[in-house]
Amino acid sequence: MFRSLETAKERVSILVDGKAFEADANASVAAALLSAGLSAVRRSVVGAKPRGPYCLMGVCFECLVTIDGVQNRQACMVPVRQGMAVNTQSGARTVEDCAL
Amino acid sequence: MTLETIRNAENLSARYDIAIIGAGPAGMAAAAECARLGLKTVIFDENTGAGGQIYRAIARNGSASRPYLGKDYWRGAGLWEALCASAATYVPAAAVWSLEQRDSEAELRVSVAGRSRIVVAKRVILATGATERPMPVRGWTLPGVMSVGAAQIALKASALLPEGPVVLAGSGPLLYLYASQVLAAGGAIEAILDTTPRRNWFRAAPHFLSFLASPYARKGLGLLVEVTLAVRVFRSVATLAITGKEHAEGVAFMSRGKAFSLTAASIFLHQGVIPHANLANAAGCELAWNDRQACFVPVVDAEGRSTLPAIFIAGDGCAIGGAVVAEFDGRIAGLSAGLELLGKQPSEEMRRYVRLRQKALRGRAFIDLLYEPAPSFRAPTEDDVIACRCEEVSVGAIREAAAHGVAGPNQLKTMLRCGMGPCQGRMCAATVTELLADEQRRRPADVGTYRQRFPIKPVPLSEIAALPQTPEAMIAVTGQADH
Repeated sequence: MFRSLETAKERVSILVDGKAFEADANASVAAALLSAGLSAVRRSVVGAKPRGPYCLMGVCFECLVTIDGVQNRQACMVPVRQGMAVNTQSGARTVEDCAL
Repeated sequence: MTLETIRNAENLSARYDIAIIGAGPAGMAAAAECARLGLKTVIFDENTGAGGQIYRAIARNGSASRPYLGKDYWRGAGLWEALCASAATYVPAAAVWSLEQRDSEAELRVSVAGRSRIVVAKRVILATGATERPMPVRGWTLPGVMSVGAAQIALKASALLPEGPVVLAGSGPLLYLYASQVLAAGGAIEAILDTTPRRNWFRAAPHFLSFLASPYARKGLGLLVEVTLAVRVFRSVATLAITGKEHAEGVAFMSRGKAFSLTAASIFLHQGVIPHANLANAAGCELAWNDRQACFVPVVDAEGRSTLPAIFIAGDGCAIGGAVVAEFDGRIAGLSAGLELLGKQPSEEMRRYVRLRQKALRGRAFIDLLYEPAPSFRAPTEDDVIACRCEEVSVGAIREAAAHGVAGPNQLKTMLRCGMGPCQGRMCAATVTELLADEQRRRPADVGTYRQRFPIKPVPLSEIAALPQTPEAMIAVTGQADH
């Protein structure tokens, strides 16, 4: 959906579902996912439908992902960090899904 | 004097004179005013960088590196510099999740870097800004569909340019502003589907002269001409459906009575903005229906004081006025709250801010009436369109409950779970009010809106449990005043 107009000076490496991606160190997780071409980040809780970031400002809660083991984080509100593990979600979360 | 930045809950003070929530134009201006009066001022912002959405990433962006953002964007740099030069305390990445008036003060709970803290402030100024009005159409939940505001945030914060074919759909100045920014940055837009009803031009016409005298006129008309020359614009778009299975693939729509379909990979929707008043709502500030802006807004007096006297509200979180009005709103609320605490009378400065605010408001009536969303996008009639995205509640289900006489939005929550998902009604509250009003032939003002509850942002239970508890709360849970 998007291409980046700039080459970031500082870059970090993040893992998305175990696969390594490079990201602008100043990006939010959602922006990093979008620039990596990942516009769908989860399957919805009720109907298992594909969903992706919608508002990018913390309002819609569509970009929920698991970040470093913590479920349902708003990808648009969390900055990327070197070595961060991002996992996409499918359906409702359960206690067993929780890595902590 | 320089700004103090705090990045963890431990370093916060337990008490401040003034706490400001939101670091957009209203919040930054309010903080600078309060700090200048010598008051102990803290400004919490949910984002990692100040600026709100309008001046998003203003502290990081240089005007040379991103010229396509336009002249008005750089006004934010002055606000940020003034905040930096003030003696306020700035707390980025801070989610305020509860707010209550206690006696004559306000108590808030805020989560910073994984820990929550209770903070008491003599006065709180809410500068929570606007959110985009939902535009529920068939297929709007598909990946590849975002709001125009989101696409613009991607451009401001991360220099992300949309790849095509790109289609913008909806109504309002942002549609054309974003289109011009994309063009200036070297991008392309396949089409704009403008849903502004033609009759709006007649309704807005009486305010055209005052609009012409406003700073919006030259910019707005310039944008319209520039974008219309470069992009295919379909006008009077009355219906819209987004097609695709796993990702948006196209749009099908009616424009001036003719049916069209286009291939599209990136589709951005916009139906204007409305106050993001969840925190004010949950705190118990009274809301009222604003007919001209077609949304609920918090009730405030001329100084920005809400119906709870310790809580002030400024900027687009109060009524939509745009960035410059928000800035003067912030100055007025900041000065009013500050002078009240100091027991002083309003200054000459205050009168100047009121005049400047009034001037910045010029042309707003024209914009409000021209871009009033079409009824078919406020209260859709297609039963299979999703209204509540979180709980996947359809327009048909809500209309059916309405036809059976559901009393209001809060009863609808218990029946259908709409507004009960993680977004807490932010994405469906406006639609639900309009659907009930339409189906039950009531005025939106009488239908009302969801009553919001704390926490207004999700917080781990461990953070809540770690907060100090009152003896009353301990007795309520354990039967004893302590463990």
